[in-house]
Amino acid sequence: MLTASAASAGRLSRAEWGFPGLTTSLGPMVLTEALDVRVSGPDGAPVVVLVHGFGCGQSMWRQVAPMLAESFRVVSFDLPGSGGADPATYDSARHGSLEGYRDDVLALLREMDLADVTYVGHSVAAMIGVLASIEAPEVVARLVLVAPSARYVNDGDYVGGFGANDIDELVGLMQRNQLGWQAPLADLVSGQGEPGARDELYDSFCRTRPEVAAEFADVTFRGDNRADLPCVSVPTLVLQSAHDLVAPMTAGLFVHERISRSRFRVIDTTGHCPHLTAPAPTASAILDFLATELTAA
Amino acid sequence: MRARTRSGADLLDLAPVGHLTTDEAGVIASANPEFLRLVGRTEDEVVGRLPLDDLLTLAGRIYVETHLLPVLQEQEVVREVEVDLLRPDGAYAPVLLNARRLGDAGSRAMQIVMLGATERHRYEENLRQASRTAEAARAEAAALAQTLSRTLIPPAPPSVPHLDIAAAYRPAGDGREVGGDFYDVFQVSETGWVVVLGDVSGKGVHAATVTSLVRHTVRTLAIDHPDPAELLHGVDAVLTREDTDHYCTLVVVRMDYVDGGWDLRISLAGHPPALLRSPDGTVTELGTPGSPAGLMPDPSFSCVRHRMDQGLLTVYTDGVTEARGVAGMYGEDRLYGLVEQLPHDAQTQVDGIVASALAYQDGLPADDIAIVSFSPLA
Repeated sequence: MLTASAASAGRLSRAEWGFPGLTTSLGPMVLTEALDVRVSGPDGAPVVVLVHGFGCGQSMWRQVAPMLAESFRVVSFDLPGSGGADPATYDSARHGSLEGYRDDVLALLREMDLADVTYVGHSVAAMIGVLASIEAPEVVARLVLVAPSARYVNDGDYVGGFGANDIDELVGLMQRNQLGWQAPLADLVSGQGEPGARDELYDSFCRTRPEVAAEFADVTFRGDNRADLPCVSVPTLVLQSAHDLVAPMTAGLFVHERISRSRFRVIDTTGHCPHLTAPAPTASAILDFLATELTAA
Repeated sequence: MRARTRSGADLLDLAPVGHLTTDEAGVIASANPEFLRLVGRTEDEVVGRLPLDDLLTLAGRIYVETHLLPVLQEQEVVREVEVDLLRPDGAYAPVLLNARRLGDAGSRAMQIVMLGATERHRYEENLRQASRTAEAARAEAAALAQTLSRTLIPPAPPSVPHLDIAAAYRPAGDGREVGGDFYDVFQVSETGWVVVLGDVSGKGVHAATVTSLVRHTVRTLAIDHPDPAELLHGVDAVLTREDTDHYCTLVVVRMDYVDGGWDLRISLAGHPPALLRSPDGTVTELGTPGSPAGLMPDPSFSCVRHRMDQGLLTVYTDGVTEARGVAGMYGEDRLYGLVEQLPHDAQTQVDGIVASALAYQDGLPADDIAIVSFSPLA
């Protein structure tokens, strides 16, 4: 993969945009650097943007990205607070809602002069994509929602799979598991890492500051985006893992049923991360969708 | 059976550590007695039957899905992950686990060892609770200090007839700690007013209580003591009687509007003199040095009189002149030069001095800054 300079497909003049750039206490940032943007695939090919969900950063797409990059321009990055993103990009207040993430994603795409992209979002990033496509359908022109859930907590007849107390426990668990974050500090204290000690640690790709992880868990699992789904106007593919206890079949079907132009496809795998456990079928489902939609256009 | 003849499998059975393996689908493939003890199940219940997921809390399952498995895809081993096992009676058993991936990347086949962490968990929970309590206490103390500090500083001087008056207060550092600087402007008779500005030694809540005491003492004594030197003797007596190590420097200006102009009486208690600026910019000091209040056994205070025609009087605390920057102390010369150069206007003087003292210290003052400026209105 190479670092982004100019992904040339689907340019849109800056004047057509209404979104403010990300400004932090450090001043305006160059998001392509701050969010560790990686670009691969042929220059000029249609753009596919891969957005990771709650958990680890963009390397979750490590296996799927090369399969897509054979014929598409693939862009991935770390959301603020995750993976290799500059810590200064994260703001507790702004990222206390998915709209904050949505604005960042759109600001990044603006900075890269990208429009008419296919947005592939996993887990909570699926809902970030839903919001982004509603806000700017000319930019986020197609959606692939991998293991989406519009609401994780059960509500009346709606089965999200979780009770409110489960989410409390998860936030607590995030705070209890701080080892990946504190280990680098231990190296500093001892003055040197033991040989080979580094690879025993969580790699930076899954290292998140514990407070940030807890806040991300909160905004992810307490969100309710059910009302946003009918506002999605772009062609959408819902990719459902066959056995996913985080985003169960009921949650995926709910998303599919409420997005008018959506198709539903089940990946025969177990777990919440089909792009990890079944990368080839996941990539091939995305490629099928792209072939249909781009030909139709 | 002697230890040396035991097989590895026997040792795992006897090991005081939970050991289990899962298959490609995540179902438990083997489990030793210690694991079964931790989770409160029999071998028949779990092996070949239950996925490990089913023995975790929902929160634990999400954590495994979103963190543990992705990390195991990147690297073979993950260490020291804390999750809760779900026992049949619904109780949680906190465990600390290490896991090794057995299959290809993406496989759910794992070898896992785990230690019960109930005690450790309780201890850590206590630590986290203590840490949260401490943080809450610190935040509350900071909020209290700010509130207290605000009550000590009049937000803006009152409107005084025939007088153009401006004042500023800037607490030290990030403003979290209660400072000892204060000022007050109040009326004592139909035509009489008092401007007082002071600096209580030390910082923190106790210094703040002394600041409060001094302010109220000044207000009380000012009514019956038009001579500010007498007033300072009274303040000194109160501070001396008070069981405190804090003392106070003060400048007190008693002003009376007489025959269309202001008569001033100024007295200093260990405080820098007032600065009198004439309209042409000339700066002179006003006031005779006196003892700090509450410090000496036999203090002396004197009173200086001045008829203010067109002059502009500025009183300030040493947070201005003792500000430290790369060029050393800010100093009186710099301040006098600034007063000379700034326009002959109370608000402009105050704003200019604060800005200059702050800039000199890169915006983070080491000490409180308090300034009051005033001049007769035409």
